[in-house]
Amino acid sequence: MSASTQPGTGPDSGMQPGGTQPGGGTGPGQERGSGSGAQPDLLYTDIEEDLRSTVRDVLADRCPPASLSARVEAAAEGAADGGPADGRSAEPSARASARPYDPALWRVLGADLGLAGLLVPEKLGGQGASAREAAVVLEELGAGVAPTPFLGSAVLATSALLACDTADAGVAALLGSLASGAATGALAVPLAAAPGSAFPGAVRADAAGRLTGTVTSVADALAADVLVVPAVGPDGPGLYEVAAGDAAVTPFVSLDLTRPLADVAFDGAAARPLPSADAAAALDAALLAGAGLLASEQLGLAQWCLDETVRYLGERHQFGRVVGGFQAIKHRLADLWLEVVSLRAAARSAADALATGTDAAIAVRVAQAYASGVAVHAAEEAVQLHGGIGMTWEHPLHLYLKRAKADQIAVGTAGRHRAALAPLLDLPAA
Amino acid sequence: MTSNATPEGVRARVRELLAAHDPAALEPLDFLRARFDAGLAWVHFPEGLGGLGAPRALQAVVDAELAAAGAPDNDPRRIGIGLGMAAPTILRYGTEEQKHRFLRPLWTGEEVWCQLFSEPGAGSDLAGLRTRAVREDGGGDGGGDWIVDGQKVWTSSAHNARWAILIARTDPDVPKHQGITYFVCDMTDPGVEVRPLRQITGEAEFNEVFLTGVRIPDAHRLGAVGEGWRVAQTTLMNERVAIGGSALPREGGMIAPVAAAWRERPGLRTPELHDRLLTLWVEAEVARLGAERVRQQLAVGAPGPEGSGLKLAFARLNQQISGLEVELLGEEGLRYGDWTMVRPQTVDFYGRDAGYRYLRAKGNSIEGGTSEVLRNIVAERVLGLPAEPRIDKDVAWKDLPR
Repeated sequence: MSASTQPGTGPDSGMQPGGTQPGGGTGPGQERGSGSGAQPDLLYTDIEEDLRSTVRDVLADRCPPASLSARVEAAAEGAADGGPADGRSAEPSARASARPYDPALWRVLGADLGLAGLLVPEKLGGQGASAREAAVVLEELGAGVAPTPFLGSAVLATSALLACDTADAGVAALLGSLASGAATGALAVPLAAAPGSAFPGAVRADAAGRLTGTVTSVADALAADVLVVPAVGPDGPGLYEVAAGDAAVTPFVSLDLTRPLADVAFDGAAARPLPSADAAAALDAALLAGAGLLASEQLGLAQWCLDETVRYLGERHQFGRVVGGFQAIKHRLADLWLEVVSLRAAARSAADALATGTDAAIAVRVAQAYASGVAVHAAEEAVQLHGGIGMTWEHPLHLYLKRAKADQIAVGTAGRHRAALAPLLDLPAA
Repeated sequence: MTSNATPEGVRARVRELLAAHDPAALEPLDFLRARFDAGLAWVHFPEGLGGLGAPRALQAVVDAELAAAGAPDNDPRRIGIGLGMAAPTILRYGTEEQKHRFLRPLWTGEEVWCQLFSEPGAGSDLAGLRTRAVREDGGGDGGGDWIVDGQKVWTSSAHNARWAILIARTDPDVPKHQGITYFVCDMTDPGVEVRPLRQITGEAEFNEVFLTGVRIPDAHRLGAVGEGWRVAQTTLMNERVAIGGSALPREGGMIAPVAAAWRERPGLRTPELHDRLLTLWVEAEVARLGAERVRQQLAVGAPGPEGSGLKLAFARLNQQISGLEVELLGEEGLRYGDWTMVRPQTVDFYGRDAGYRYLRAKGNSIEGGTSEVLRNIVAERVLGLPAEPRIDKDVAWKDLPR
């Protein structure tokens, strides 16, 4: 079977790939964007694979997909009632109603294993790892639709702080407490906020540093002790630290049951400014990291949906045959497999670009423009190919579809990322 | 040997070659022969056969050093079938005599190769082939030459080729995969007739080949009698491995002319075309990264199954991108450069217009295994799903319905 990838391949030809390609020196095309001369490292290191096994073991042990349904059910009913989601009405704080978050699971992952501080340099109390390792963690968390605040705290809030002045004692202290897992953070922006957006003006800071305004649809705010809040003060855009208890964190019924959202309101809330040379750039860096790493969560989710569907269809019989043996089904799964392995390359490219600081603007948007479609397709195919059981509440598949659909909107839609690519690639709209 | 397996080691070899053979002063062919003899043709081949027994990944180091020195390259566009398919098969299954006879002129491009596999009735179902090879003097080990009769089709380069790799049926009384034998066929034999096949693009890029009483000495058999299917698997698998050789730049390939047209011709731009262009640009970049990941896996000696999907991805993308390009060009897309039947040495996607690219790309999902067959392969070999039900598996080839 010929498998040449290049256009210049004739029937029975086996034309040397690259022969009619720019790489072979005869085709058109030039490199676009910065840093595209060197190829990103798209493989996993042994250390990354070890990290993956560790996270996978913890999740298999403490948070198997089948156990999630009961947890999210309680949370969903609690939120619909407008009261605390865990049924313990005596608990006053937003933190207490933070189900389906599993504080014990997050303690093990975030604090004991040090994942909360993965992106934080060792001198600031973290692990000194990079986006490459965080991406592997997110693959596993996506595969388990795990209800942890890793994205909100260890990626979004942490990345925003890392882009501030880390020589400042307040910034360093907050980073240290997030890295150790002593506190959990959230970045107070709508989950839909895309990198490259205008600095949000919904929250204002007065001269005394008190914040007023409302941010909608904030991810992981329910689990947060500390909020990193973009607000516009008398001197322009800034980032502020606010204790979650000083804000009104109101959950609503979220499409994604395993990453519930909340509206966050500030009414003259006490806040501490977080020094940075350019708050807008710091926020943008956080959103770019979030978008790039979310692709790995979507990869893990899509891979789980594919694996689980292949496993199920390899066992189930209809019409006297294994259902997975019907060609119409096989071809759909083969196409899905191709999408997933393609996403793996794109997600690795984004993670590597974020880790090296090379080509991130393009690599992240390429990955995110591609990832959400694949994750949603994988989850939708999984539901369809599971037949009736795929439509039930009992089977955890619905949690994957809901996460995939919400992730499609999170940190910029595919269309937003494509539009953002246009000027970077010199492909203007008009 | 150890020093050959390091970048420093092969760089030293390149310096020695250049010191003894000035590429500016030599005929290109003489330089290429010297390069082969220095073991720098394909470094992962054995010493004495153009290689150093070094890791395949070091080839990129050699190529870069020689390109920087202005050394001539062998022309992969002309000798691709030999390099990508015949050579690894000869290396694995050939006798010492065959390896020394064929590999050097194959690599330098002195001798062009083609591949006589597909037949009018045996394309995707290649093992159903009916070209017969009968051993003179009644067969058996004491027999003489093989006499081949049959017809092959879709043969690129047959009109330029000196040699062909050929599979033919040598035993019709066993199931179809078992009765096939693999040969090297001399294309100058008087029994070989090559006729151009005109295609959808107007040109005749490949041929049908009629084999009438073609005499092949037993010394030109590759592998054991009846083992041809297994030998052919090496040929076909190696084509995939060859992908690992080239790292494409971003926006290489089919997306390049469309993006160039967009930049140069603002009048063509519409919002709808813009979104489709960006969508395909992203997909092309993702496919490029997928191929790059396969290349990196091969370079560290850990090939994954991802290579099986690359052709599927590029076939679909090339068709979509070339289709968009014709639309983008609007009225200009209604023109076609030239319908004259020409017989190109190779497919040149970029030397012609968008209409040509569009039409030629239709073949990408058919040639070298249809996308439908590739999906079955992915589903069965990668995902482990059950094979298609077969009625031909344990039936003698001669008894198969046709």
